[in-house]
Amino acid sequence: MDALMRKERIDRGLKVRTEGIYAISDIREILYLMGPRILLIAGLFALPFVFELAPYWKKVINIMCAYAVLALSFDFLANYVGLVCLGGAFFTGVGGYFAAIFNTTLGMPIWLSMPLATIAGAVFCTFCLLPCLPLRGVYFAIVTLMYPLLFTRIIEALDILGGTNGMTGIDAFPNAYVENYTIIAIALIFLFGMRRFVNQDVGLVLRGVKDNDQAVRASGISVTRMRIIAVFIASLIGCSAGAYIAHLYMWAGISLFALDFSIIPIAAVVIGGGGTLVGAMIGAFILVPLSEVLRAFGTFRIVIYCIILTGFIVFKSEGIMVYLQRKYHQFERWVKV
Amino acid sequence: MEIVVYGIINSITLSLISLGFTLVYSISRVPNFAHGALYVTSGYLTWIFLNKCTGMPYVLAIILGIGITAVVGALIYQFILVRVRGMEISEIIATYAIGLAILEGLRWGGLRGGTFSLPAFFAGSVDILGVSVDYQRLIIVGAGILTFILLYLFTRYTKMGLAFRGIAQDERAAMMLGINSDVTAVLSLGIGSALAGLAAILLLPLGNIVVETGYNVLIFAIAVCVIGGLGSWGGVIVASFIIGFAQILTESFLSAHYQMVVALLAIILTLLVKPSGIFGKQKELEERV
Repeated sequence: MDALMRKERIDRGLKVRTEGIYAISDIREILYLMGPRILLIAGLFALPFVFELAPYWKKVINIMCAYAVLALSFDFLANYVGLVCLGGAFFTGVGGYFAAIFNTTLGMPIWLSMPLATIAGAVFCTFCLLPCLPLRGVYFAIVTLMYPLLFTRIIEALDILGGTNGMTGIDAFPNAYVENYTIIAIALIFLFGMRRFVNQDVGLVLRGVKDNDQAVRASGISVTRMRIIAVFIASLIGCSAGAYIAHLYMWAGISLFALDFSIIPIAAVVIGGGGTLVGAMIGAFILVPLSEVLRAFGTFRIVIYCIILTGFIVFKSEGIMVYLQRKYHQFERWVKV
Repeated sequence: MEIVVYGIINSITLSLISLGFTLVYSISRVPNFAHGALYVTSGYLTWIFLNKCTGMPYVLAIILGIGITAVVGALIYQFILVRVRGMEISEIIATYAIGLAILEGLRWGGLRGGTFSLPAFFAGSVDILGVSVDYQRLIIVGAGILTFILLYLFTRYTKMGLAFRGIAQDERAAMMLGINSDVTAVLSLGIGSALAGLAAILLLPLGNIVVETGYNVLIFAIAVCVIGGLGSWGGVIVASFIIGFAQILTESFLSAHYQMVVALLAIILTLLVKPSGIFGKQKELEERV
């Protein structure tokens, strides 16, 4: 006679003990919790080898991870601080141009120009966005929308920084593997760094700024100061992607301020699931290869992103990642009664 | 003299552009980032009616163009924005995405190059104070002033206009008095889009219909609204005169490239000095956090 079987959720043992902080007792539970994280890290590190025979797609990996980093920046700013940045391209542009200046004009090597451009760019971006930080979120959206267009015009009009031709002669990465792994490392470091950061005290206050700024003020914390911190971190992340892209293409031009850098990260976050950070990356990993496939459509791609974006925001605002997370926690197995 | 005449024309142009945006924002509190897209849509629709449907009179094409734009605006609210109402982040992203989709869709659909232009209502020009001004610009000034007067009368003396003002001032109190907030918002988006369309019909005969106009219009509309105080009517007029003259001055003394720089500098200065805008006194506390 067969033993009676019933279904049990895999995470039951974990959930029973505690919801948030897992007290792990055996190797299977550790694997259950670590599985998705390890899969992401190992998968990312394996990608360059998987596409060894397809050099074109190895390039796509670079740009995909760069967009993932930008999406991370948008997700942090929108869903943890409540500031919608409609001009992610501002960060890439500033980061890229700083990298170009440090590398070509000042002659710094690549491993120095990228981090320096990231920091200098973040300081510059924060300074530019400073006036709208004491105000409601809609002002931030408005001003960030204008900056990329404005800088394009200024560079064109004054013919500075290479004008419409851009700055050429930026050092390239030594080889394709360094190219791949630099951006993969940047993406992973920022991802796991931010996951920690948002659960620190300062991260909790930032969430307070998003949900109820008056309460934060009543607690004697300056909302503006918290937002400055948040914008600095977000522009740090965005500028690192910009500096990387400048070195990747060995060129910094006004197309670094292009619309793509603003809209794809937003779409990626909405699709992947806002507020999860990982979701932002997953969204970019879906959208960027898709946009490579649709390359023949030209500007129609932006229309496609926007339709997907609007569809998700209206009908499935939780995004893919939140959905998957829930399903993963609902896995069941058969056990003997 | 030229600066004065063209400054006035430019100012009225700017206020025509921004009226729709400020109307929508003041009533439904939705920052309509699709404003520029609706502007271009209306121009393009009129062009289609005029050139593809032979024999259609210009007036009918204009009415159809503006009407369809108004319906599109109302539909955007009815089917998309109403679902994300009150979620500021989603509102901004959704309107921005819709605007981009329309603009880039038009670009993909063939709206490229200088082949699309609407004819002027009346050709020719007239001398005013020694400056030659063509009739189209005079019509813009006239229509702009007329629009202001009509809107003023509409919001003071009609039931619907009073309902609009009620919702704009205090949504809850207005709802308690039986004003349906969602219907008002749909109508406001429709009228806002129609105003964008009207601006397009008036202004586009001066140039070509290109996608970039959509972005520029959005940016100038926002600049005017921020400086005048988001959602304030008097502010729009004053701010568009400030920016309008500032632009004409930079254009004549520096170069036309700096027009947008002027707009942005004005925004930043306003945010630094008086964040609620020139006429935003009533909502000053709301804008600051």
